[in-house]
Amino acid sequence: MIMHPAVISLFVGSVLVCLMVLYSARYGATILTRWDLRSGSELQLTLERKTYLISTIMSYVFVFQLFSLFLFIFTADKLSTLFTGAMCAAGTLNVNNFGYPTMVLKVINFILGGMWLVLNHADNRAFDYPLIKKKYLLLMAIAPFVIAETIVQGAYFLNLKAHVITSCCGSLFSTEGEGIQAGLAGFPVIPMKILFYGAMGLTCLAGLYFYIKGRATGVFFSLMSIVTFGVSVAALISFISVYFYELPTHHCPFCILQGEYHYAGYPLYLALLCGAVGGTGVGTLFPFRKIESLKDAIPLIQKRLTLMTLLSYLLFTAVTTGAIIFTDFRLDGY
Amino acid sequence: MAWIEKQRNILDFALSSLVRRWGKNLALVMVYTVIVFVLASILFMTHSIKREASLILRGSPEIVVQRILAGRHDLTPGRYIEKLAKIPGVREVKGRLWGYYYEPSTGANYTMIVTDEHRENVGTIAIGAGVARSSDVREGDMIPFRSSDGSYVSFEVTGVLTPESELVASDVIEVSERDFRSLFAMPEGYFTDLTLKVRNRKEVVVVADKIRRLLPDTRPILRDEILRTYDAIFDWRSGLLIVVFTGAILAFSIFSWDKATSLSFEEKKEMGVLKAVGWETSEVIAMKSWEGIVVSLTSFLLGVILAYMHVFFGSSILFMPVLKGWSVLYPHFKLVPYVDPYQLAALFFLTVVPYTAATIIPSWRAAIIDPDSVMRL
Repeated sequence: MIMHPAVISLFVGSVLVCLMVLYSARYGATILTRWDLRSGSELQLTLERKTYLISTIMSYVFVFQLFSLFLFIFTADKLSTLFTGAMCAAGTLNVNNFGYPTMVLKVINFILGGMWLVLNHADNRAFDYPLIKKKYLLLMAIAPFVIAETIVQGAYFLNLKAHVITSCCGSLFSTEGEGIQAGLAGFPVIPMKILFYGAMGLTCLAGLYFYIKGRATGVFFSLMSIVTFGVSVAALISFISVYFYELPTHHCPFCILQGEYHYAGYPLYLALLCGAVGGTGVGTLFPFRKIESLKDAIPLIQKRLTLMTLLSYLLFTAVTTGAIIFTDFRLDGY
Repeated sequence: MAWIEKQRNILDFALSSLVRRWGKNLALVMVYTVIVFVLASILFMTHSIKREASLILRGSPEIVVQRILAGRHDLTPGRYIEKLAKIPGVREVKGRLWGYYYEPSTGANYTMIVTDEHRENVGTIAIGAGVARSSDVREGDMIPFRSSDGSYVSFEVTGVLTPESELVASDVIEVSERDFRSLFAMPEGYFTDLTLKVRNRKEVVVVADKIRRLLPDTRPILRDEILRTYDAIFDWRSGLLIVVFTGAILAFSIFSWDKATSLSFEEKKEMGVLKAVGWETSEVIAMKSWEGIVVSLTSFLLGVILAYMHVFFGSSILFMPVLKGWSVLYPHFKLVPYVDPYQLAALFFLTVVPYTAATIIPSWRAAIIDPDSVMRL
């Protein structure tokens, strides 16, 4: 294990988040089995009060999760000097088998946390807790992921031993390598560009239509926003990053987080994450539009979430397109 | 907009309620600030020392070759220079002469070194600032040295090395090649070790591999390896310090938990009144959260500013011995101020997250107080 201050703080943070989620899940289990709104028993009163506590805890968990995702990538980047062959986060995450799973789990947990908060927000709009059981069912589903993240991250840090030779980002994301990342990097640029702009355009059109007319394209928009999230990450590795680095062989998705590239990665990834949370939120709320006490609230929330996703994705597209247009670098012929 | 306006009003109320109980909150902020200060000092210091080390090493040769005899560092024969110079990609090979000299009167170890500038200046030396301080000599003074055959030789100090180089050159004495060989009775044609400059940075590893094959009794040490080791050592030291202070963080969390739990009668009554005039539970929780945010931000900023002053203006007098190690001739140096968002994020996780986690449940407890039960008291 490497006793780096940031490693210790990530460790402490994830254990705390895990404990907070477990605490909430414990009451979630009671709510799932014992919740009865018609009852005036002491247990029911306690549970009703506990729901306030749990929504507060989950809001904090969500914020901490976002922080820890970026701190994790940043730490991996900083630690790269300790490993021969690793030049940035890409190499450090590849030192053992737990690096990339930790990062993926962090992203998943962030999106799941966002979904829970959307559900919670909608539930609070109604007077009769219509979504209470669904909400806590989701919480029970989130808990194992959060525990898994803590364990996998712990395993990752415990198995870090300095000086292990790893592939650097230049070889891991180079066009000659094998594996998913290398497959993305080797994807022809023109089809990838078409795919990216097509998916973005379709999502935004569907979103806009849904925002103005309501109904109809909502489910499609929600699904497309998730697809677009994946396509955008792929596009980032395949060609967007290349424009930022002005180097046709460099496909690393982490180096754009660094100061040399004006920290451009932060707004880009934040926009993508916000877009994904908004889009999945819209989809999560769809089955509950018919509930009597939520009939007015849900369409309004969905509209706001749609707007958030649209703005986020447009920001992402604007920044990347700007970078592509205003650089002297040309990728033609690759 | 209405939401922002509402939060603004809640924040306004939270601030006034903090001021009303200023004694209790001041104690909390002080303890919190101390915790942030200690951890921030450790982080800033480690980072700056690492930066300093990497800046210094940037100008050093890419590869150092040492001869190994029975696992120990031995003198390197001069003929190795020609052999190494023939490796393609190697720009320059030089023999280095250096060693340690123990001075019983001051109890310090000096590093004697033959530099290019001083190679021919027989009978004179240039000394580092640390040497000048410890033995109280100035330019023009004579310093006696005990040579390996027991006789004493005196050298004239012709210069004191500039303070900018103090981190590396504090204990250095520059001496001429002839004086060095006679002082330590080192045979002609032998060097302490060899340094190599490599034209292309990417070829360093390949060159090192060739050296190992060409001269199996030597050990090539790469500059990057030295840097990596420095990084690992300083990270390890600061990590260790932080682990030591984990106890303090834990104590602080318990302290803040206790502060948040033990509501005075007045506070309970206040909560009751708020609920009675129509505040919802979620709004009281929001107010408590704002209180927490205000306390955290104030302490965090105060702690970071104090740590900044401590490390960069006060030479981090409190923790320096642990982090940099100790020695009689330790260099005096001021660290170059440097703080990045990354350190602040790590600090945030070590302080604000535990504090917040410890106070969530107590603030919720305060928020669910029944108005009638407290107001009846």
